[in-house]
Amino acid sequence: MTPPQRRRRLPKEASAKIPQQAPEGVSPHAPKEGGAQGGENQTADQTENQPERLFVLTSQVEDGDRASLDLVTLIVARADAPPTAQPEQSAVLRLCGSPLSVAELSAYLNLPFSVVTALLTELLTAELVHARAPIVRSELPDRSLLEAVMHGLQKL
Amino acid sequence: MDFKSSDTVTGPRAEDHLPQTAQAAVKIVIVGGFGVGKTTMVGSVSEIRPLTTEETMTQAGVGVDDNYGSDSKTATTVAMDFGRISITEQLVLYLFGTPGQERFWFLWNGLFEGALGAVVLIDTRRLEVSFDVIGRLEERGVPFVVAVNDFPDAPRYPIEDLRSALDLPEEIPIMKCDARRRASSRDVLMTLMRFLHSIAMASASA
Repeated sequence: MTPPQRRRRLPKEASAKIPQQAPEGVSPHAPKEGGAQGGENQTADQTENQPERLFVLTSQVEDGDRASLDLVTLIVARADAPPTAQPEQSAVLRLCGSPLSVAELSAYLNLPFSVVTALLTELLTAELVHARAPIVRSELPDRSLLEAVMHGLQKL
Repeated sequence: MDFKSSDTVTGPRAEDHLPQTAQAAVKIVIVGGFGVGKTTMVGSVSEIRPLTTEETMTQAGVGVDDNYGSDSKTATTVAMDFGRISITEQLVLYLFGTPGQERFWFLWNGLFEGALGAVVLIDTRRLEVSFDVIGRLEERGVPFVVAVNDFPDAPRYPIEDLRSALDLPEEIPIMKCDARRRASSRDVLMTLMRFLHSIAMASASA
Protein backbone atom coordinates (compact mmCIF):
# COMPACT_ATOMS: atom_id res chain seq x y z
CA MET A 1 0.00 0.00 0.00
CA THR A 2 1.41 3.37 -0.99
CA PRO A 3 0.60 6.46 1.03
CA PRO A 4 -0.44 9.68 -0.73
CA GLN A 5 2.43 11.97 -1.67
CA ARG A 6 3.13 15.53 -0.51
CA ARG A 7 5.54 18.03 -2.02
CA ARG A 8 7.83 20.12 0.19
CA ARG A 9 7.45 23.90 0.44
CA LEU A 10 10.12 26.49 1.06
CA PRO A 11 10.11 29.24 3.66
CA LYS A 12 8.67 32.45 2.30
CA GLU A 13 10.52 35.75 2.44
CA ALA A 14 10.82 37.00 5.98
CA SER A 15 8.98 40.12 4.95
CA ALA A 16 5.94 38.05 4.10
CA LYS A 17 5.62 36.79 7.63
CA ILE A 18 3.15 38.23 10.00
CA PRO A 19 5.17 40.33 12.42
CA GLN A 20 5.40 38.95 15.91
CA GLN A 21 3.04 40.64 18.27
CA ALA A 22 1.55 42.69 15.50
CA PRO A 23 -0.71 45.31 16.97
CA GLU A 24 -3.82 43.31 17.27
CA GLY A 25 -5.79 44.58 14.34
CA VAL A 26 -9.07 43.65 15.93
CA SER A 27 -10.64 45.66 13.21
CA PRO A 28 -12.77 43.57 10.93
CA HIS A 29 -10.09 44.14 8.30
CA ALA A 30 -7.44 42.27 10.24
CA PRO A 31 -7.82 39.03 8.25
CA LYS A 32 -6.27 40.73 5.24
CA GLU A 33 -2.87 40.25 6.78
CA GLY A 34 -3.52 36.56 6.38
CA GLY A 35 -3.60 37.13 2.66
CA ALA A 36 0.04 38.14 2.67
CA GLN A 37 1.20 34.59 2.99
CA GLY A 38 -1.76 32.90 1.36
CA GLY A 39 -0.28 33.34 -2.09
CA GLU A 40 -1.08 30.88 -4.78
CA ASN A 41 -1.95 28.29 -2.21
CA GLN A 42 -5.00 30.11 -1.06
CA THR A 43 -8.06 28.23 -2.09
CA ALA A 44 -11.13 29.83 -3.51
CA ASP A 45 -12.93 28.96 -0.32
CA GLN A 46 -10.43 30.94 1.72
CA THR A 47 -10.60 34.06 -0.37
CA GLU A 48 -14.35 34.10 -0.67
CA ASN A 49 -15.13 33.21 2.89
CA GLN A 50 -12.27 34.94 4.63
CA PRO A 51 -13.37 34.99 8.26
CA GLU A 52 -13.41 38.12 10.30
CA ARG A 53 -12.97 38.43 14.00
CA LEU A 54 -16.14 39.43 15.75
CA PHE A 55 -15.77 41.43 18.89
CA VAL A 56 -17.89 43.14 21.42
CA LEU A 57 -17.46 44.84 24.78
CA THR A 58 -14.87 47.23 23.36
CA SER A 59 -16.65 50.42 24.28
CA GLN A 60 -13.73 52.05 26.03
CA VAL A 61 -10.96 50.95 23.74
CA GLU A 62 -10.20 52.62 20.48
CA ASP A 63 -9.21 50.45 17.59
CA GLY A 64 -5.47 49.88 17.45
CA ASP A 65 -4.87 50.88 21.03
CA ARG A 66 -5.19 47.37 22.29
CA ALA A 67 -2.39 46.02 24.41
CA SER A 68 -0.21 43.43 22.74
CA LEU A 69 -1.28 40.33 24.58
CA ASP A 70 -0.36 36.78 23.77
CA LEU A 71 -2.43 33.73 24.70
CA VAL A 72 0.20 32.93 27.30
CA THR A 73 0.88 36.40 28.68
CA LEU A 74 0.53 35.95 32.44
CA ILE A 75 -1.81 38.41 34.12
CA VAL A 76 -1.59 39.31 37.81
CA ALA A 77 -3.96 41.58 39.68
CA ARG A 78 -2.38 44.64 41.29
CA ALA A 79 -5.42 45.86 43.18
CA ASP A 80 -8.92 44.96 44.19
CA ALA A 81 -11.74 45.87 41.90
CA PRO A 82 -12.90 49.45 42.34
CA PRO A 83 -16.61 49.87 43.04
CA THR A 84 -17.07 51.23 39.52
CA ALA A 85 -15.66 48.13 37.83
CA GLN A 86 -17.79 46.20 35.38
CA PRO A 87 -18.68 42.65 36.45
CA GLU A 88 -16.29 41.27 33.83
CA GLN A 89 -13.44 43.41 35.14
CA SER A 90 -14.15 42.36 38.71
CA ALA A 91 -14.10 38.74 37.61
CA VAL A 92 -10.71 39.19 35.94
CA LEU A 93 -9.25 40.81 39.04
CA ARG A 94 -10.64 38.07 41.26
CA LEU A 95 -9.23 35.30 39.03
CA CYS A 96 -5.80 36.90 38.77
CA GLY A 97 -4.93 36.83 42.46
CA SER A 98 -2.27 34.39 41.31
CA PRO A 99 -0.79 34.60 37.80
CA LEU A 100 -3.11 33.35 35.07
CA SER A 101 -2.62 33.27 31.30
CA VAL A 102 -4.90 35.17 28.95
CA ALA A 103 -5.98 31.80 27.52
CA GLU A 104 -7.04 30.54 30.95
CA LEU A 105 -8.91 33.78 31.61
CA SER A 106 -10.74 33.31 28.33
CA ALA A 107 -11.64 29.76 29.32
CA TYR A 108 -12.79 30.49 32.85
CA LEU A 109 -14.71 33.62 31.88
CA ASN A 110 -16.21 31.87 28.87
CA LEU A 111 -15.35 34.91 26.77
CA PRO A 112 -13.62 35.01 23.36
CA PHE A 113 -9.90 35.80 23.33
CA SER A 114 -10.36 39.21 21.70
CA VAL A 115 -12.93 40.25 24.29
CA VAL A 116 -10.55 39.28 27.09
CA THR A 117 -7.73 41.28 25.51
CA ALA A 118 -10.05 44.29 25.34
CA LEU A 119 -10.95 43.91 29.00
CA LEU A 120 -7.29 43.52 29.91
CA THR A 121 -6.29 46.59 27.93
CA GLU A 122 -8.66 48.62 30.08
CA LEU A 123 -7.34 47.06 33.25
CA LEU A 124 -3.72 47.58 32.18
CA THR A 125 -4.44 51.21 31.37
CA ALA A 126 -6.03 51.63 34.79
CA GLU A 127 -2.96 49.87 36.31
CA LEU A 128 -5.20 47.34 37.99
CA VAL A 129 -3.33 44.39 36.49
CA HIS A 130 0.23 43.61 35.53
CA ALA A 131 1.20 41.61 32.42
CA ARG A 132 4.18 39.25 32.30
CA ALA A 133 5.14 38.81 28.67
CA PRO A 134 5.83 35.35 27.26
CA ILE A 135 9.13 34.15 25.86
CA VAL A 136 8.77 33.81 22.11
CA ARG A 137 10.84 31.99 19.55
CA SER A 138 12.32 35.13 18.04
CA GLU A 139 14.15 35.64 21.33
CA LEU A 140 15.78 32.26 20.92
CA PRO A 141 18.21 30.64 20.64
CA ASP A 142 18.33 30.58 24.37
CA ARG A 143 19.58 27.10 24.93
CA SER A 144 19.26 27.36 28.69
CA LEU A 145 15.53 27.96 28.27
CA LEU A 146 15.18 24.90 26.04
CA GLU A 147 17.19 22.85 28.51
CA ALA A 148 14.98 24.02 31.36
CA VAL A 149 11.88 22.89 29.44
CA MET A 150 13.46 19.52 28.70
CA HIS A 151 14.39 19.07 32.33
CA GLY A 152 10.82 19.94 33.35
CA LEU A 153 9.34 17.46 30.87
CA GLN A 154 11.60 14.69 32.09
CA LYS A 155 10.05 15.01 35.51
CA LEU A 156 6.56 14.28 34.17
CA MET B 1 -22.38 35.99 24.94
CA ASP B 2 -23.37 34.22 28.07
CA PHE B 3 -21.20 36.01 30.56
CA LYS B 4 -21.94 34.90 34.05
CA SER B 5 -21.89 37.36 36.91
CA SER B 6 -18.51 37.71 38.52
CA ASP B 7 -19.68 35.88 41.61
CA THR B 8 -20.48 32.74 39.69
CA VAL B 9 -17.40 32.52 37.48
CA THR B 10 -15.58 29.36 38.40
CA GLY B 11 -11.87 29.93 38.47
CA PRO B 12 -9.04 27.44 38.74
CA ARG B 13 -9.16 24.92 41.54
CA ALA B 14 -6.86 25.79 44.43
CA GLU B 15 -4.32 23.19 43.32
CA ASP B 16 -4.34 24.65 39.81
CA HIS B 17 -3.11 28.08 40.87
CA LEU B 18 0.29 29.04 39.51
CA PRO B 19 2.79 30.23 42.12
CA GLN B 20 3.30 33.99 42.41
CA THR B 21 6.85 33.36 41.22
CA ALA B 22 5.64 32.37 37.73
CA GLN B 23 7.42 34.95 35.58
CA ALA B 24 6.99 33.83 31.99
CA ALA B 25 5.35 31.26 29.80
CA VAL B 26 6.25 29.49 26.58
CA LYS B 27 3.96 27.62 24.24
CA ILE B 28 3.98 24.64 21.92
CA VAL B 29 1.31 24.15 19.30
CA ILE B 30 -0.12 20.74 18.47
CA VAL B 31 -1.70 20.92 15.06
CA GLY B 32 -3.60 18.38 13.05
CA GLY B 33 -6.88 17.49 11.44
CA PHE B 34 -10.19 16.99 13.18
CA GLY B 35 -10.26 13.90 15.37
CA VAL B 36 -6.55 13.15 15.10
CA GLY B 37 -6.05 13.28 18.86
CA LYS B 38 -4.81 16.82 19.58
CA THR B 39 -6.96 17.24 22.66
CA THR B 40 -6.13 13.72 23.81
CA MET B 41 -2.44 14.55 23.64
CA VAL B 42 -2.92 17.87 25.46
CA GLY B 43 -4.94 16.12 28.15
CA SER B 44 -2.49 13.28 28.67
CA VAL B 45 0.38 15.56 29.67
CA SER B 46 -1.41 18.59 31.11
CA GLU B 47 -1.33 19.22 34.85
CA ILE B 48 -4.73 20.89 34.61
CA ARG B 49 -7.91 19.56 33.09
CA PRO B 50 -7.74 20.77 29.48
CA LEU B 51 -9.48 24.11 28.99
CA THR B 52 -10.97 25.69 25.91
CA THR B 53 -10.37 29.18 24.64
CA GLU B 54 -12.40 30.37 21.76
CA GLU B 55 -12.62 33.16 19.30
CA THR B 56 -15.73 34.30 17.54
CA MET B 57 -15.51 35.50 14.00
CA THR B 58 -17.92 36.59 11.41
CA GLN B 59 -18.12 35.09 8.03
CA ALA B 60 -19.57 36.86 5.05
CA GLY B 61 -22.89 35.24 4.27
CA VAL B 62 -22.94 33.17 1.14
CA GLY B 63 -25.83 32.48 -1.14
CA VAL B 64 -29.12 34.24 -0.96
CA ASP B 65 -29.41 36.93 1.64
CA ASP B 66 -32.79 36.29 3.13
CA ASN B 67 -32.29 38.46 6.16
CA TYR B 68 -34.07 41.38 4.55
CA GLY B 69 -31.47 44.01 5.11
CA SER B 70 -30.11 42.80 8.37
CA ASP B 71 -26.44 41.99 8.49
CA SER B 72 -25.81 38.97 6.33
CA LYS B 73 -22.87 37.79 8.35
CA THR B 74 -22.95 34.73 10.51
CA ALA B 75 -20.90 34.22 13.63
CA THR B 76 -18.65 31.19 13.85
CA THR B 77 -16.81 30.09 16.92
CA VAL B 78 -13.40 28.53 16.60
CA ALA B 79 -12.26 26.72 19.70
CA MET B 80 -8.83 25.64 20.81
CA ASP B 81 -8.16 23.24 23.66
CA PHE B 82 -5.09 23.76 25.76
CA GLY B 83 -3.24 22.45 28.76
CA ARG B 84 -0.41 23.49 31.03
CA ILE B 85 2.80 22.07 32.46
CA SER B 86 4.73 23.91 35.16
CA ILE B 87 8.40 23.66 34.26
CA THR B 88 9.93 25.52 37.18
CA GLU B 89 8.65 27.91 39.80
CA GLN B 90 9.26 30.67 37.25
CA LEU B 91 8.50 29.06 33.90
CA VAL B 92 5.24 27.61 32.57
CA LEU B 93 4.66 25.65 29.35
CA TYR B 94 1.30 25.81 27.58
CA LEU B 95 0.18 23.34 24.92
CA PHE B 96 -2.41 24.39 22.37
CA GLY B 97 -4.24 22.01 20.10
CA THR B 98 -5.31 23.94 17.04
CA PRO B 99 -7.30 23.11 13.91
CA GLY B 100 -5.31 22.59 10.76
CA GLN B 101 -6.91 25.31 8.68
CA GLU B 102 -4.58 28.26 8.54
CA ARG B 103 -7.42 30.70 8.00
CA PHE B 104 -8.24 30.32 11.68
CA TRP B 105 -4.73 30.88 12.92
CA PHE B 106 -4.74 34.65 12.66
CA LEU B 107 -7.48 34.76 15.30
CA TRP B 108 -4.89 34.25 17.99
CA ASN B 109 -2.00 36.71 17.90
CA GLY B 110 1.29 35.09 17.04
CA LEU B 111 0.03 31.59 17.77
CA PHE B 112 2.78 30.00 15.70
CA GLU B 113 5.26 32.86 15.51
CA GLY B 114 5.50 33.00 19.27
CA ALA B 115 5.51 29.25 19.83
CA LEU B 116 8.75 27.42 20.53
CA GLY B 117 7.71 24.94 17.87
CA ALA B 118 4.92 22.67 16.72
CA VAL B 119 3.92 19.03 16.78
CA VAL B 120 2.08 17.88 13.66
CA LEU B 121 -0.12 15.00 14.76
CA ILE B 122 -1.13 12.72 11.91
CA ASP B 123 -3.45 9.80 11.32
CA THR B 124 -2.24 7.49 8.55
CA ARG B 125 -5.85 6.85 7.52
CA ARG B 126 -5.98 10.48 6.43
CA LEU B 127 -2.39 11.37 5.78
CA GLU B 128 -3.24 13.99 3.16
CA VAL B 129 -5.07 16.07 5.76
CA SER B 130 -1.65 17.00 7.16
CA PHE B 131 -0.10 18.07 3.86
CA ASP B 132 -1.33 21.62 3.90
CA VAL B 133 -0.53 22.13 7.59
CA ILE B 134 3.04 20.93 7.09
CA GLY B 135 3.43 23.19 4.07
CA ARG B 136 2.21 26.21 6.03
CA LEU B 137 4.68 25.54 8.81
CA GLU B 138 7.49 25.23 6.27
CA GLU B 139 6.50 28.52 4.68
CA ARG B 140 6.43 30.29 8.01
CA GLY B 141 9.69 28.75 9.16
CA VAL B 142 8.11 27.21 12.25
CA PRO B 143 10.19 24.25 13.47
CA PHE B 144 8.12 21.10 13.88
CA VAL B 145 8.23 17.37 14.44
CA VAL B 146 5.72 14.82 13.14
CA ALA B 147 3.98 12.39 15.49
CA VAL B 148 1.96 9.53 14.06
CA ASN B 149 -0.93 8.77 16.40
CA ASP B 150 -1.09 5.00 16.33
CA PHE B 151 -4.75 4.14 15.80
CA PRO B 152 -5.33 0.37 15.90
CA ASP B 153 -7.06 0.19 12.53
CA ALA B 154 -4.78 2.66 10.73
CA PRO B 155 -2.42 1.57 7.96
CA ARG B 156 1.08 1.01 9.29
CA TYR B 157 3.77 2.45 7.09
CA PRO B 158 7.45 2.27 7.85
CA ILE B 159 8.71 5.65 9.10
CA GLU B 160 10.88 6.04 6.03
CA ASP B 161 7.87 5.54 3.75
CA LEU B 162 6.09 8.26 5.72
CA ARG B 163 9.12 10.54 5.44
CA SER B 164 9.10 10.02 1.71
CA ALA B 165 5.33 10.50 1.40
CA LEU B 166 5.48 13.66 3.51
CA ASP B 167 8.59 14.80 1.61
CA LEU B 168 10.36 15.68 4.84
CA PRO B 169 14.12 16.15 5.11
CA GLU B 170 16.14 13.68 7.13
CA GLU B 171 16.64 16.01 10.08
CA ILE B 172 12.96 16.44 10.90
CA PRO B 173 11.97 13.84 13.51
CA ILE B 174 9.06 11.55 12.72
CA MET B 175 7.84 9.24 15.47
CA LYS B 176 4.95 7.00 16.35
CA CYS B 177 3.02 7.74 19.50
CA ASP B 178 -0.06 6.89 21.49
CA ALA B 179 -1.56 10.26 22.37
CA ARG B 180 -3.60 8.68 25.16
CA ARG B 181 -0.46 7.78 27.08
CA ARG B 182 1.29 10.43 29.11
CA ALA B 183 4.75 8.92 28.66
CA SER B 184 4.29 8.67 24.91
CA SER B 185 3.02 12.24 24.56
CA ARG B 186 5.84 13.46 26.77
CA ASP B 187 8.33 11.67 24.50
CA VAL B 188 6.89 13.55 21.52
CA LEU B 189 7.39 16.86 23.33
CA MET B 190 10.90 15.83 24.34
CA THR B 191 11.69 14.99 20.73
CA LEU B 192 10.51 18.43 19.68
CA MET B 193 12.60 20.07 22.40
CA ARG B 194 15.72 18.12 21.42
CA PHE B 195 15.12 19.12 17.80
CA LEU B 196 14.79 22.79 18.80
CA HIS B 197 17.92 22.45 20.88
CA SER B 198 19.88 21.04 17.93
CA ILE B 199 18.68 23.97 15.79
CA ALA B 200 19.79 26.41 18.48
CA MET B 201 23.18 24.69 18.73
CA ALA B 202 23.62 24.79 14.96
CA SER B 203 22.73 28.47 14.70
CA ALA B 204 25.01 29.32 17.61
CA SER B 205 27.99 27.65 15.95
CA ALA B 206 27.19 29.02 12.49
